[in-house]
Amino acid sequence: MTEPDRAAGFEILKREDFSDVAYSLVVHHPRMAKAARPGQFVIVMLHETGERIPLTIADFDRQAGTITLVVQAVGKTTKEMQQSCKAGSVLHALVGPMGVPSSLTGRRKVICVGGGLGVAPIFPQARGFKENGAYVIGVVGFRTKQLIFWQEKFETCCDELILCTDDGSAGIKGFVSDGIKLAIARHRDIDEVIAIGPPVMMRACAETTRPHAIKTIVSLNPIMVDGTGMCGGCRVKVGDTVKFACVDGPDFDGHKVDFHDLIMRLGRYAAQEKTAAQRWSENCRMKDQIVPAVRASPSPIPTTSDLTRELLDHLDPFEQVLGG
Amino acid sequence: MAKKRTIRSIPQQRTPAREQEPAQRVQNFAEVNCGYTLEQALNEAERCLLCPEPACVAGCPVNIDIPGFIREISAKNFRGAYDIIAKSNLLAAVCGRVCPQESQCERLCVVAETLQPVAIGRLERWTGDRAITEHWTNVPYIERNGFSVGIVGSGPAGMACAADMAKAGCEVAVYEAFHQPGGVLRYGIPDFRLPNDVIDAEIGNLRKLGVRFECNTLVGRLFTIEQMIDELGHDAVFIGTGAGYPSMLGVPGESLNGVLSANELLTRCNLMRARDFPNYDTPIPLGRHVCVVGAGNTAMDAMRVCLRLGAQKVCCVYRRSEAECPARAEEVHHAKEEGIEFHWLTNPIEILGDENGKVRAMRCVRMELGEPDESGRRRPFPIAGSEVELQTEQVVFAIGTNANPIIGQTSKLRLDKRGYIEVDDNLATSMAGVFAGGDIVTGAATVIEAMGAGRRAARSIKRYLRIRDFDEPRTEAGSLFGIDLNEQNFARIRLA
Ligand SMILES: Cc1cc2nc3c(=O)[nH]c(=O)nc-3n(C[C@H](O)[C@H](O)[C@H](O)COP(=O)(O)OP(=O)(O)OC[C@H]3O[C@@H](n4cnc5c(N)ncnc54)[C@H](O)[C@@H]3O)c2cc1C
Ligand SMILES: Cc1cc2nc3c(=O)[nH]c(=O)nc-3n(C[C@H](O)[C@H](O)[C@H](O)COP(=O)(O)OP(=O)(O)OC[C@H]3O[C@@H](n4cnc5c(N)ncnc54)[C@H](O)[C@@H]3O)c2cc1C
Ligand code: FES
Repeated sequence: MTEPDRAAGFEILKREDFSDVAYSLVVHHPRMAKAARPGQFVIVMLHETGERIPLTIADFDRQAGTITLVVQAVGKTTKEMQQSCKAGSVLHALVGPMGVPSSLTGRRKVICVGGGLGVAPIFPQARGFKENGAYVIGVVGFRTKQLIFWQEKFETCCDELILCTDDGSAGIKGFVSDGIKLAIARHRDIDEVIAIGPPVMMRACAETTRPHAIKTIVSLNPIMVDGTGMCGGCRVKVGDTVKFACVDGPDFDGHKVDFHDLIMRLGRYAAQEKTAAQRWSENCRMKDQIVPAVRASPSPIPTTSDLTRELLDHLDPFEQVLGG
Repeated sequence: MAKKRTIRSIPQQRTPAREQEPAQRVQNFAEVNCGYTLEQALNEAERCLLCPEPACVAGCPVNIDIPGFIREISAKNFRGAYDIIAKSNLLAAVCGRVCPQESQCERLCVVAETLQPVAIGRLERWTGDRAITEHWTNVPYIERNGFSVGIVGSGPAGMACAADMAKAGCEVAVYEAFHQPGGVLRYGIPDFRLPNDVIDAEIGNLRKLGVRFECNTLVGRLFTIEQMIDELGHDAVFIGTGAGYPSMLGVPGESLNGVLSANELLTRCNLMRARDFPNYDTPIPLGRHVCVVGAGNTAMDAMRVCLRLGAQKVCCVYRRSEAECPARAEEVHHAKEEGIEFHWLTNPIEILGDENGKVRAMRCVRMELGEPDESGRRRPFPIAGSEVELQTEQVVFAIGTNANPIIGQTSKLRLDKRGYIEVDDNLATSMAGVFAGGDIVTGAATVIEAMGAGRRAARSIKRYLRIRDFDEPRTEAGSLFGIDLNEQNFARIRLA
């Protein structure tokens, strides 16, 4: 009589590697594919002992019943995913779509900006604007030519695409903010700029458009836990109000966001993130014989982990993490 | 029957429960109160006067037949005791642990006029635990009626509604946003008060009733309440999404690193198992000195979690006095034993940071109590010039929660001024077939009240679907030849 609860995990159908640090995962979830709107994100847990990490829905295919995530390997979880996620493997948890969808209607000319881990997330917005009849200028930035991905995808939905690389190995040499300047110089009638990427990049974009008084939307990426408005960990300062990015955002007015605050708060677990990443890569080096020792289920009377205490003594070196 | 018990004949002392020693227990997350042994339970059961017109029952939000179950314990009919509790309360082992008995049943206990009240909560817990170890479940014969009910949120309100609807013969799906069911029981209340095994056992019982849990499902965003009825084929919906949207105080310095809500701390520690970092990936902030603002159950839990994570000094900062402290008495007592420093009548006015943006101290002002406010508690006022600075590396806010906005943002349900879901006396919302209860209606309350609301909503849903309700007392006046006039037919079966 009882149907089993959802079968173990969410199946990955396809994986593609863009570079040493970026990869995409196509995950089967028909209901989510149906519900997803540009600007929304999911929370993923790789395995039972994993962390909940937010990732933008970089694409969705309602026919195929899939969503696409594009991940940059920056720390423990994203590197472990890079190593273990393959076609046929599963994610332990996947919940979403979360966040308020971006508003994509009523604009005639927009610039969609993506840099670093923001390149893929800006894609559904660009496509959405296009579908709604806007003239779309895409500005995407990479460090260097080898890291470029999805150029064709952007070309299909952008009326103009400005590619920027830090070293000038492809497109224009410079940051995405230089790309924006170029676009603004060419077009006097831009309604809106929407920018996704590391906080420093989004700040630079907002500063570029401020003198021109062009409405600029940024998609914030604070540290999250639940993604449902329950913990307040994702709170950000926007103007003189405090917002929870997971339920009030993640899109906010870039001219009002307090980026300094965001950047400071992103660094708050730096010491522990480093421990986790180090420990994981050491385990990887010992390879193959890993797993059980680390994944042992907690003892019946769990004691405060010694490592935790150790950490307490070495707490600090505050590290500013700029992201991306 | 044994001879009549009198206040003189019963054991005079309330039977103490076995507890872990404070010095030992702050080193682990195992349960503090280890519960009664069989002998202790029998001894404490002897203390009940078995009043024919018991006062205590009225103090119980779900009106458990308290003398009834205690009589069965004394008669060593433990299964019978459990059955009596289970008639009103589906979560005996949970409520026995977390109900504020001192302000409910035990407050009205007649024995308390002369001696200490009967330890009703501990007896309830003992019975509930026995049910778990003996695998007693009350799975009745269930005749399917073809109706399907969707439940949003797997906290006590959702669990209670799910159980009743499943017993009534409906197909029941519970949708939960988190990857594990249980609501606050799972993510909020720590293991040293409510072990996970107990929650698992209760969830297991629901599964035995045929309830299906769909975790990782954020209702409102994955599908809306409207879609649950129009597309997922649910005939009725119950919303029990809780009130977890933490308030901040609004003082300067709140975005410093080291300031967080109790919900974040507890979720990281309990649900995500960050206390076992790095065996589990989720990190948790650690401070040698921690100040927790607030003095409710959430604050007590946050403080005691910090101690167990290794903090050397943990302070409670509360703007009213101890008399107004809303936490369960047992928790305050345990917190004191564990060495929490209480700063009553103290209110934060600013959090101070160092050059790296980390908390270094909290500036507070001393308060005094004035006239009672609308809550009936005396309103605190700041005393001019009484500022003090508490050194601390971490500030945790446990000053209450607001309504979660997701369901409101994504449906046409009518909300009240504060964003909670508006319901009528039957817990029906502004949308036909949609009912709501628990913290999302009342604001933060208690487990037993949320559970009671879930059951009340279940009764309303049965009426709405016109399913015969065997639990509802039927009035003679409304019946003809013993058949309830309100019932169009007996067990209405939906024809597909
Ligand atoms: C709404 C949103 C959308 C995002 N979309 C994408 C995306 O599409 N692709 C992508 O590659 N990344 C995305 N991110 C960032 C991604 O969540 C982090 O890179 C990831 O959590 C890092 O985890 P880690 O264990 O690999 O690294 P860690 O070493 O743990 O952390 C590296 C850095 O990532 C940030 N971070 C850590 N934990 C979290 C957390 N739980 N939530 C948010 N940030 C965290 C911190 O700033 C940290 O310094 C998004 C973040 C948000 C909030
Ligand atoms: C730390 C803490 C300690 C407490 N201690 C006590 C105590 O000792 N005694 C006592 O009686 N009470 C205590 N309480 C209060 C008690 O836990 C709550 O009143 C009770 O749990 C409310 O039950 P509920 O079912 O309404 O909601 P909750 O228990 O909050 O459950 C709601 C569930 O719904 C889920 N949800 C929310 N939105 C959605 C959505 N859109 N889609 C899907 N799922 C969703 C949530 O993830 C959650 O799991 C405590 C509360 C806290 C926070
Ligand atoms: S992530 Fe917890 S409130 Fe936003």
